[in-house]
Amino acid sequence: MNNLATSMNDATTNNMVLPMQDIVARLERLEKQQSDSPDSNALSMVVFSGELDKLLAAFIIATGAAACGMRVSMFFTFWGTAAIKKDGPQVSGKSMVERMFGWMLPGGLHKRKLTRMNMAGVGRRMMVREMKKKGTPDLPSLIEIAKETDVEIRVCEMSMSLMGIRKEELIDYTDMTFCGVASFVESASKSGTTLFI
Amino acid sequence: MAEDTMYDLIGLKCPMPIVKLNKIMKTLAVNDECTVTVDDPAFTPDVKAWCNKTGHTLLSCVVKADTIVVKIRKQA
Repeated sequence: MNNLATSMNDATTNNMVLPMQDIVARLERLEKQQSDSPDSNALSMVVFSGELDKLLAAFIIATGAAACGMRVSMFFTFWGTAAIKKDGPQVSGKSMVERMFGWMLPGGLHKRKLTRMNMAGVGRRMMVREMKKKGTPDLPSLIEIAKETDVEIRVCEMSMSLMGIRKEELIDYTDMTFCGVASFVESASKSGTTLFI
Repeated sequence: MAEDTMYDLIGLKCPMPIVKLNKIMKTLAVNDECTVTVDDPAFTPDVKAWCNKTGHTLLSCVVKADTIVVKIRKQA
């Protein structure tokens, strides 16, 4: 009799407790879903290319989106990483192959080539002159605007070590961090828009 | 008292008019109005898109020859 009463008591408590636990678990799942779901006000970008035209497009979209109130994150990898090197000599302490990469991929924002019609630099110079004449912002000024509008830059650590690029060789940028693919994937999964340039 | 300030953005090309407009908006108080003059032809569709995205109110958009005069009210 006593045993029966205890087991009945247990049953009642369990009946009360189980739905409550269930609700809490569901709520936690929903909260997680909510925080993981893409934010339509966030833009993630992979900047893979290092040519002037593609970098201009990337930075115009980034600064434009930031001016529309979006949170913007640019992930630089491969030729994109090499493109945001400063002009100037390489740092010391590099291996022979790393040094060769440095020679093959000179830094300097004003040295970026065009993907088409570069014509050994003649096309690029024409394009730059036209941009100046028509009041289109150049790459350094777009990067300055990106800084002002809090565009975040993430640089792929792997592409840096592969090409022997050192942090101090990159352009000066306030919000620049060094990371791997997981950081990009996390930011991209939370952004409503993701672009690959 | 809500204010109406004039801004001249003549000569600026994409994305600068939107970038400057965003900067101007930050200096205004809610319900303040501003009038900007732009000559970038992309600004007519772009200012509508910008207002949709940011939530500010586009009061008027008048195209006169090569210039576009836009009036915007700041929202919270």
